[in-house]
Amino acid sequence: MKVTLKVWRQKNRSTPGAFKTHETPELNVNMSFLEMLDVVNEQLANRGEEPIAFDHDCREGICGTCSLVIDGKPHGPHKGITTCQTYMRTFNDGDEIVIEPFRAKAFPLIKDLVVDRKAFDRIQHAGGYITVRTGAAPDANSVPVPKQTADFAMDAAQCIGCGACVAACKNASAMLFVAAKISHLGLMPQGQPERYRRAKGMVDQMDKEGFGACTVTGSCEAVCPKEISLDFIARMNRDYGVALLKGDAKAVKSGGAG
Amino acid sequence: MVTLSSNIPSGPLASKWEKHKFATTLINPANKRKYKILVVGAGLAGSSASATLAELGFEVHNFVFHDSPRRAHSVAAQGGINAAKNYQNDGDSVHRLFYDTIKGGDFRAREANVYRLAEVSLNIIDQCAAQGVPFAREYGGLLDNRSFGGAQVSRTFYARGQTGQQLLLGAYSALNRNIANGGVKSFTHSEMLDLVVVDGHAKGIVVRNLQTGEITRHNGDAVVLATGGYGNVYNLSTYARGANVTASWRAYKRGACFGNPCYTQIHPTCIPVSGDYQAKLTLMSESLRNDGRVWVPKRKEDRAKRPADIAEGERDYYLERMYSAFGNLAPRDVASRAAKTVCDEGRGVGETGLGVYLDFSAAIQRLGEGKVRERYGNLFAMYHEITNENAYQTPMRIYPAVHYTMGGLWVDYNLMSNIPGLFVLGEANFSDHGANRLGASALMQGLSDGYFVLPATISGYLASQNPGKRPATDNDAFKEAEENVQAITKRLLGNKGKRTPYSFHMELGKLVWEHCGMARTAAGLTQGIKAISALREAYWKEVNVLGESNDWNQSLERAGRIADFIELGELMCRDALMREESCGGHFREEYQYTPEDPETKAGLVNPGDVKRRDDQFAFVAGWEYGGAPDKAPVLNKEPLVYEEVHMSTRSYK
Ligand SMILES: Cc1cc2nc3c(=O)[nH]c(=O)nc-3n(C[C@H](O)[C@H](O)[C@H](O)COP(=O)(O)OP(=O)(O)OC[C@H]3O[C@@H](n4cnc5c(N)ncnc54)[C@H](O)[C@@H]3O)c2cc1C
Ligand code: FES
Repeated sequence: MKVTLKVWRQKNRSTPGAFKTHETPELNVNMSFLEMLDVVNEQLANRGEEPIAFDHDCREGICGTCSLVIDGKPHGPHKGITTCQTYMRTFNDGDEIVIEPFRAKAFPLIKDLVVDRKAFDRIQHAGGYITVRTGAAPDANSVPVPKQTADFAMDAAQCIGCGACVAACKNASAMLFVAAKISHLGLMPQGQPERYRRAKGMVDQMDKEGFGACTVTGSCEAVCPKEISLDFIARMNRDYGVALLKGDAKAVKSGGAG
Repeated sequence: MVTLSSNIPSGPLASKWEKHKFATTLINPANKRKYKILVVGAGLAGSSASATLAELGFEVHNFVFHDSPRRAHSVAAQGGINAAKNYQNDGDSVHRLFYDTIKGGDFRAREANVYRLAEVSLNIIDQCAAQGVPFAREYGGLLDNRSFGGAQVSRTFYARGQTGQQLLLGAYSALNRNIANGGVKSFTHSEMLDLVVVDGHAKGIVVRNLQTGEITRHNGDAVVLATGGYGNVYNLSTYARGANVTASWRAYKRGACFGNPCYTQIHPTCIPVSGDYQAKLTLMSESLRNDGRVWVPKRKEDRAKRPADIAEGERDYYLERMYSAFGNLAPRDVASRAAKTVCDEGRGVGETGLGVYLDFSAAIQRLGEGKVRERYGNLFAMYHEITNENAYQTPMRIYPAVHYTMGGLWVDYNLMSNIPGLFVLGEANFSDHGANRLGASALMQGLSDGYFVLPATISGYLASQNPGKRPATDNDAFKEAEENVQAITKRLLGNKGKRTPYSFHMELGKLVWEHCGMARTAAGLTQGIKAISALREAYWKEVNVLGESNDWNQSLERAGRIADFIELGELMCRDALMREESCGGHFREEYQYTPEDPETKAGLVNPGDVKRRDDQFAFVAGWEYGGAPDKAPVLNKEPLVYEEVHMSTRSYK
């Protein structure tokens, strides 16, 4: 099979970009989408043209590095999988495929199809952890966690931080991502002491990064490669509400002059 | 020549670590913040080390080439992590985990390190659970376990099929907390391209910012490499595409010895290669071997038949036949080689004949499809995505693929290399797995090194260094290292050849796989060395790297890494040629058990099993750079002295 690619090419942030058409050589239907891009890139390089910049690493749907909006859909046509797990047998001989980066104000473009998703890290610096010093932990079985709770936390913890939710949202909201992170820790018993503080810190940072508001269209859930549920957003909103009611915990001065 | 002194503490095995921690000089809390430690890498090893060192009060700078620490290759681990908790009451203990690991490594690991690893394993699970890692649980709320290849007890902790991601998110959260409170400064999209050695000590690194191309110098009182394994030397592997050897290799060129480079792990359960375009091989977690049965047809004429049309009596469940005690749970090196053997006999299945069946029909009959789906659903889905086949109805096809590298930079008991001040953690070092790693023990080692070992040992070195006295970045050694990096970049971009960097990587991968893969011979390795050194010369004549240096340039990044892989490939072949024995994953055809050997007659081993030569090869090979790529490296040896364990014949029968 052969396909025609319409690919977003942009040298860098300060140079305007445009779609460029690339014809693929003969492809094997068992190729992955990214292997198809590898082949196109080798062809370009052999002609002395710069290859298409795209992000990828694990190529098995877990690192969250691959991105790409394929024919208008982040991570392509299939539900519940990433771009790197998309195979050419999904497409037909002669198809025209449009490939764009994950676009959002909070994800500045680096080159072609590569964007900078560091805003996600900064949100997690603002509370995405349980404070526990190395060596201070009690025996792992001293805190039993009901199986349902652990499984539910795991549903949220599966998020791979790819940003497809942001790319799919017309407001470029990061609510699904942040909700998954907050819910994972907020569901585990170990995460209770910092639960509300964490929710407030992370949501406030999300707003600072310039992600948009959530209008519950559900487009994030629809494209999430790990099928994270919208319900986590409601959970996050509740935790955030409680955090506001409680107000900022005042720092307690350490007492005594000893 | 350098002397490779292991610095193993004296005394009984079980009390060495306690004793050593007590004997190590501590650093006055007020002085700690005067020391700056550069940590390269934020996989399990690098994240856990950075967070813990910062908690102790050191100033930590962390560097990763990824856009975020969370994307380190550790994220991809599926199956689980071992710990000798004995929560299942099935006879596990620190000593058993230690012994299984030493035996699994075919008696080529350092005894004292492995014992410490088993001891520390207990704390790791506690630490991770406290961080909120959502491990699998039983209905009573306690932690669930499963068994993994090479072990007869259930000591593996897991989190669905994504233990690696969950453990990494735990370590990343610890890192984040310390970034937020100022203890760690994080540099992402920052690739280390050289090590700076001042007066014989590691005191800095040179880094390229992948977004802007800017090259910067960083000084520190110690440098820690936690930069992962080098399996991508084979091009096709289960590693993330970006995983590379550059940090270790550039340190090697600055004098750090490379330990046992030929010890590589070929994992038995991966999806077979389907075509030339392929860029990645996908692992099917080893946990599948708990319930899947491995077989090929008895007769090669049957190999093209549909599996359903091959009657039970016509199937050869060869692992169960050859290794009755361990069966389908035989260690990886054993299972991989057995798969190769049956395929070499012409009994391999699938289009290419390089595949064996992993069959779940018995498990589905016994447990029901629902239970199998619950255990392995994500893996079956992944298999379906890639092959378009339904493994609930027809057996999976699997074949061995490159998966892990036991070799790595040489380190002593303190995890310090032979360059004082340079520490190496995780998969990047050589120390704990000998010639073969058991399943679920790499995650354990990474976290052990980072959370518990390095934070205790590094102060021994730092105490010998005056606080606040590290060399400044205008020191000549920094200047020279930066010029070296600039020169490599310039040479790559200026070299207007005709071939793409990737075409060389593919060629290299085929050479290393052919000559230094699952079966090795003196003749093949000699030929491999010749071919790879010719490829190195061709590379610098013919490679063409597009784009600019002061911009995001994936061709340039890749080209530098491939140049290092080519040199490494040659060293691996040299190491494998030197090691005239078979052990673990290193199989030299000349050294295997024959039907006449007493061990075979006694039923301990099968003909064709690996044959060690302890009298001559019970040592770690620490290769020292020869000064130029075409100069022969120098072999240094660290004898492996076993104080408590007897180096016996490894039997899984
Ligand atoms: C598919 C797969 C499944 C696995 N499953 C299991 C399992 O179930 N159980 C188990 O125990 N083990 C498993 N392993 C092995 C295990 O995952 C790895 O050995 C381990 O995670 C390595 O961790 P690390 O911290 O040493 O390195 P990595 O996680 O590879 O991290 C390397 C880090 O170094 C950085 N880096 C590298 N070079 C540079 C440079 N030059 N400059 C700057 N930064 C650099 C990277 O950015 C990254 O942060 C699996 C491996 C694979 C491939
Ligand atoms: S490349 Fe890792 S998720 Fe796609």
